[in-house]
Order: sequence, then structure tokens, then C-alpha cells
Amino acid sequence: MEYIIIIISAVFVNNIVLTQFLGVCPFLGVSKRISTAVGMAGAVTFVMVLATIVTYLIQLYILNPFNIGYLQTISFILVIASLVQLVEIILKKVSPALYQALGVFLPLITTNCAILGVAILTIQKEFNLMEGVVFAISNAIGFGLALVLFAGLREHLDLIDVPKGLKGTPIALIVAGILAMAFMGFSGLV
Amino acid sequence: MNQWNNFTKGFLKENPIFVLLLGMCPTLGVTSSAINGLGMGLATTFVLLMANIVVSLVKNVIPDKVRIPSFIVIIASFVTVVELSMQAYLPELFKSLGLFIPLIVVNCIVLGRAEAFASKNNVLSSAIDGLSMGLGFSMALTILGAIREFLGSGKIFNISVFPEDYGMLLFVLAPGAFIVLGYLIAISNKIKKA
Repeated sequence: MEYIIIIISAVFVNNIVLTQFLGVCPFLGVSKRISTAVGMAGAVTFVMVLATIVTYLIQLYILNPFNIGYLQTISFILVIASLVQLVEIILKKVSPALYQALGVFLPLITTNCAILGVAILTIQKEFNLMEGVVFAISNAIGFGLALVLFAGLREHLDLIDVPKGLKGTPIALIVAGILAMAFMGFSGLV
Repeated sequence: MNQWNNFTKGFLKENPIFVLLLGMCPTLGVTSSAINGLGMGLATTFVLLMANIVVSLVKNVIPDKVRIPSFIVIIASFVTVVELSMQAYLPELFKSLGLFIPLIVVNCIVLGRAEAFASKNNVLSSAIDGLSMGLGFSMALTILGAIREFLGSGKIFNISVFPEDYGMLLFVLAPGAFIVLGYLIAISNKIKKA
């Protein structure tokens, strides 16, 4: 039951992009076409879950015992950066097909604040490892959902006659605002 | 490069938010009021300035292959400095900015300037560049925060302009952030063309 609450809350109610504003850069950057959006969502899911597990273990077995919690930011970002590199190298060798699909998005993920954000939130909310993993997966799903929905809307935007000044990013942001408004409808669900 | 031009570019011509569209997460996340926007802007400015100076100082020592991780460590150290001092001296602001303080590390502007500018230029130019970008960022955040605060709760910098009951709460909440930023970018595009 607890897991279901975590999932619904992370995917809909507190959607990571549309209500918490984490990962807005890739949300705006790679949402021009649905196919790239799906690729990015896949890559983020993969790295987010791995990063959450690794950073959780680091917090539990290194930062807490030695009482060096203030090194959290530095150690987490280093772990994430090297993890992304590692994933890239391994994928290239083990599964070239998957690497082809996710490859271009992987380097971008280091500076995706959703990854670091979820890692820190998992610690702040005092989840155990299993809850942390569920939290990471559902946040990744929430990210993917918002990204794919937004990409779908943006594909249509190209065909619509918008006022000249609003073309491009401004209208995309306004559409994102309306999408965020739609997600506000979920508040109170949990 | 002319240092004055170097300094002024961050405000309009290459404003990190309105033109370069970098650092969107804190831009949208913390600007529910003008004070929060300004606080976040100044914290980022400090990190930008210090990171640019240090990166520019050590640029010849760092091998090319490991430069990105090294930049990240430099940035993360200054973010920790900001985080700890803010927690000590401005606990209120620290609480309302919350998660977005450690997230300055992954703010694309900071790494972007270190990589695109500080790693190629001398210390003085890099410092000015960092300051310019940081202040441009703070300006954009403060404007965005002030507009959202005004429309949402009838206040600017906590000074009441019209009764709160007439405010449109939507603008303080998430959708307002996207919509106000969209219009601000449209306006800045217009000004730039004129």
C-alpha cells in the first residue's frame, strides 16, 4: 500500500517536472519529437534508478558513519557523473543497440537536475532502499510521462498559426503551463 | 575584449535565462516571490564568480580529458560553501529555497560558463563574465519573482500593493511560472529585435 502511495504521488500529484521543476532543461530541450522524448525518458529511468541506489549506499555506509554529511553534494554529483560515463562504456560493449538508442542522451543526463534531485530527496524523505528504488522508478515514469505528453503537444504546435512574438520557446512554455495546470487536477489524490 | 561590453552582455544580449535558456529549473522553481528569486540569483552569482575565477586560474594545469569532472568538483565545493553559510546566516531563505541550493551544482549556466568562457580566457575577463552572467541571472529571477508575487498575492518584496484576496493564486503555483516566463521571453525577444 505504501508503495502505491509513493508511485501515485510521484507520477501524478507531485510530478517531478510539472510541479517540482526538476529536469526542466531536458524537458524543454529534447521535447521537439516524440521519438527523441521516449529515448530520453528511457535513459533517465535507467540512470535515475542506478544513481539512487548507489548514492543511497554511499550515504548509508560512507557519509553517515564518518559524519561527513556536508560532503553530500560533492560526492553525489561525482558519483552521478562517473556512473553516467560507466553506463555509457558498458552499454557500448554489451548492448550496441541500446547504446544507439540512448547514446546521445547519456552525456546530457549528468546535468539533469532531476537525477541529483531525486537522489537527495530519497535521503531527505528518509526512505529505505526499497522505497528509494520505487520512488526513483516512479519519478522517472513521471518525468517520461510529462516529456512524452509535452512532445506530442509540441509536434502539433509547429502546425499552428501563433502570433509572431510567441513563436518557439515562449509558446512552448505557455503550453507547459497549461499542462502543469492539468496536472494540478491530481492534487488531493493522495 | 572590451571589458565593459563583457560586463553588460549578461543583462540583455546574452541573458542566461531570456536568451540562452539555461538554468531553467531554479528559474521556475524558486521564483514564487521576488525575495526568493533575488536570493537564489545572488547565491548563483557567487558560485559563478568563484568557479569562473578558479577555473581560469587552473585551466593550464588540468588535462583536457578530465576537465569536466574537475570543473564539477570546483563548482560543487563552492556550492557547499554557499549551502553551509546560508544555513548558518539566512536560515529562513535556506528553508524556502530548499532543494534548489544543492542543485546549483547542476545548473547548466555555471558549468556552461566554466567550459565556454573561463577555460579559454584570463582571470579578469572570467571574473567579469561570471559577475555579468550572475547578475543577469539574478535580474531575470527577481523580475520573474516580482511579477508572480504581484499577480498572485498583490505584493512586491512583501510590500502589499492590493489586497491579497484579489490575487490570482495560479501565478504563485507551478503553471504561473511557465506562463509568466513564456511571456517574459517573448517580450525580451521583441526588445532585442528593436
